[in-house]
Amino acid sequence: MAAAGLLLFLLPLAGLIIRAPWGQVGPALVAPETMTALGLSLFCSVTATVVALVLGIPLAVVLARTHGTLRSLLRALTTLPMVLPPVVGGVALLLAFGRRGLIGAPLYQAFGIQIAFTTAAAVIAETFVAMPFLVIAVEGGLRSMDHRYEEAARALGAGSWRVFARVTLPLLRPAIFSGAVLCWARALGEFGATITFAGNLPGRTQTMPLAVYVANETHPEGAIALSLILLAVSLAILIGMRDRWLGSL
Amino acid sequence: MSLHASIRVQRNGFALDVDLEVGAGETVAVLGPNGAGKTTLLRALAGLVPIDGRVELDGEVLDDSAAGRHVLTEHRRVGLVFQDHALFPHMTVLDNVAFGLRRDSSRIAREWLDRAGLADKAHAMPRELSGGQAQRVALLRTLATEPRLLLLDEPLSALDVTIRAEVRRELSRQLSGFQGVRILVTHDPLEAMALADRLVVLEQGKVVQTGSPAEVTARPRSRFVADLAGVNLLRGRGRGRHVELEGGAMLTAAEAGEGDVFAVIHPRAVALFLAKPEGTPRNVWRGRAEDLDLQGERVRVRLSGTVPLVAEVTPSAVRELHLDAGAEVWVAVKATEISVYRA
Amino acid sequence: MCTSSCHVIKRGLAVAGFLVLTSCGGGVGTSGPCALMSCGGPPSNITVFAAASLQPAFDKIAVRVKSQYYLATTFNYAGTQTLTTQLIQGAQADVFASADTVHMTTVQNGGLVGGDTRVFAHNKLEIAVERGNPKRIRSLADLARSGLVVVLADPSVPAGKYAQEALANAHVTVHPASLEPQVTGVLSKVAFGEADAGIVYVSDIVTSGKVDGIAIPDTQNVIADYSIARLNSAWNRAGADEFFAYVLSSQGQAILSGAGFDTV
Repeated sequence: MAAAGLLLFLLPLAGLIIRAPWGQVGPALVAPETMTALGLSLFCSVTATVVALVLGIPLAVVLARTHGTLRSLLRALTTLPMVLPPVVGGVALLLAFGRRGLIGAPLYQAFGIQIAFTTAAAVIAETFVAMPFLVIAVEGGLRSMDHRYEEAARALGAGSWRVFARVTLPLLRPAIFSGAVLCWARALGEFGATITFAGNLPGRTQTMPLAVYVANETHPEGAIALSLILLAVSLAILIGMRDRWLGSL
Repeated sequence: MSLHASIRVQRNGFALDVDLEVGAGETVAVLGPNGAGKTTLLRALAGLVPIDGRVELDGEVLDDSAAGRHVLTEHRRVGLVFQDHALFPHMTVLDNVAFGLRRDSSRIAREWLDRAGLADKAHAMPRELSGGQAQRVALLRTLATEPRLLLLDEPLSALDVTIRAEVRRELSRQLSGFQGVRILVTHDPLEAMALADRLVVLEQGKVVQTGSPAEVTARPRSRFVADLAGVNLLRGRGRGRHVELEGGAMLTAAEAGEGDVFAVIHPRAVALFLAKPEGTPRNVWRGRAEDLDLQGERVRVRLSGTVPLVAEVTPSAVRELHLDAGAEVWVAVKATEISVYRA
Repeated sequence: MCTSSCHVIKRGLAVAGFLVLTSCGGGVGTSGPCALMSCGGPPSNITVFAAASLQPAFDKIAVRVKSQYYLATTFNYAGTQTLTTQLIQGAQADVFASADTVHMTTVQNGGLVGGDTRVFAHNKLEIAVERGNPKRIRSLADLARSGLVVVLADPSVPAGKYAQEALANAHVTVHPASLEPQVTGVLSKVAFGEADAGIVYVSDIVTSGKVDGIAIPDTQNVIADYSIARLNSAWNRAGADEFFAYVLSSQGQAILSGAGFDTV
């Protein structure tokens, strides 16, 4: 069974690598549009992860500490973006933050600010779909944590903030790390919500997944080349980070 | 610096109802079977569990449910030592000991470690310590904050039997230097005897007996304490010099009094015969040896029959009588060996 | 509007149809107007690869073809480029309808076309604006107004490529907020009120029904010629013929016209 699971992951990857037009990868790599899209992708996905950490960790703490129906409700709400098709998520974001949206309308009327079609919109879209992964991972870590360390800290005179900062967070490091990696990976690959809410403009909102989709329309080999570049960059970052973070635990 | 506590806790069908008074410098050991509520009691005193009632320590009211007052754990200056040290795994030993200190934390922490002979471990991580060392560091960590009340939750039970004695001695040393109130939870009679001034026996959330270790073990009032003390405990109605046991059997004692009574018989005082003995013992019954347990130089024989008892005999006696599980014997106890007291 | 050659073809097909009708033996796999004759058995089937913009019109045509010829149609709607690639790679279909003649020529050069190719409809570009045209947009030149949020289709799709051409024809420079890889993206952004204007096909605006259209004069506009052909890989040649003929027939043309296309 495990072998079958592994094959499911490996075969498409192998197909991509074996059938790749390797000759095209070089030119594609140095083309300025590729660099722009790659840079934008990395910037947006990292920013989205940072936002997810800032907003998601407190949210996970609240989730882990509530019980009963309130908890079920909050849980459903935070995992909703995982269940929604990304395009539907994009539509929802438009309805909330668009020029005619709940929050967007007053912003536009008062300050002339339009959120859609900006890089910020791409970050918002990516955060929306990716944050639940972080919240779930951190909440899981909190629930399975041994709470006696926190109790010991309190008995030693540490107030809530000190307990959280010096005991809870350090003990949560593995969960935060794995949640952040999942979140970042999801944000990097995000397409549907981004294109629906942020649009597609090179240099401003055209992340790599969008660039691949557009390239696929006119020259599919170019699209494969771009996909390989994205794959290679992601792998490099994941492998590089693993040693640094997990090694110090 | 004394403690006056009246605590009632209700959770998951379990009810704790304890009144406790402990004086300064006194060490109280809370004993009881598993599930009796010992840990709940400690946690309530530490402020980790909401209670119904009142807790006053050193003149300060920490809990008063009637007045709606509850002082948070972090403000109580109460020290809590866990069964398996709960040292912060991501901090060094020095940082652990220094954690509760406001200023000069490193220096003061180092002094404590020096005094305990653990200075060389200051920069080690908790996982590098042995069980005994870790528990000693946990104790130092708590003592360094100079709490008013020291709560120890089975501090030795997670340790190897071989090092328990050594850590117990150290604990005793540290405790004698400690000024505040000390409450120790344990199920180990040795620990209780060695460290406590007073025992409080808790069963099913209620205090069933309290007194000095000697008093409590001499006159157990519950099966748990009797087992702890290693004696036979029977219950019945006193009638002059006889005790009528539940089940109908009659005991003859030197004096029994009236009303509900306990009767204690030490296993050493129980004699076994192959044939019905004729002699001075007033209490003679038939019995059956259910099982035999070799403990050092003695054999403990569990007997069933009119009066279920545990007898303690020598191994050679067992051989001579050909005592086996299932053997039928006659049991005799001298009236003067039975101690009876009010229930 | 049917030319004389068209009438000839129609008559020829009617004769062929009559012949098929009289030789109808019932059973699976026989094509022909078996609905009229209740021959029994399931309808025959064809596969049609068609440009995405043709979907509303062709879906309606499929219904008519089903009742008239007892012919079921399976569609593969996608971008013309994608369809061309799939056909070149060996995908099986009976009919191909493309959104321009360039791709049809590619397919033809690949030897995949059986019979002739015919232009069956034209599509023009139109400016899509919000209902009621609140920003008072009248021409392509207005799209260059500062402060206006304009969304175009990406040049990699025909509608986007033509939009660039039209703007160049009108000597207008536009800084779009987004280059949508799908024309529906342009429409939805205008419909949501997020963009003030977009350039799409007339047929897209008719289909959407949620936006208003501002015409672009023919001098600036780009006319897309939609082409249809039967393929060599067809499994159901008779069925392919029927579909091909219906699209070119006056009924087919009427449906296309209703969907916003200009008929031939």
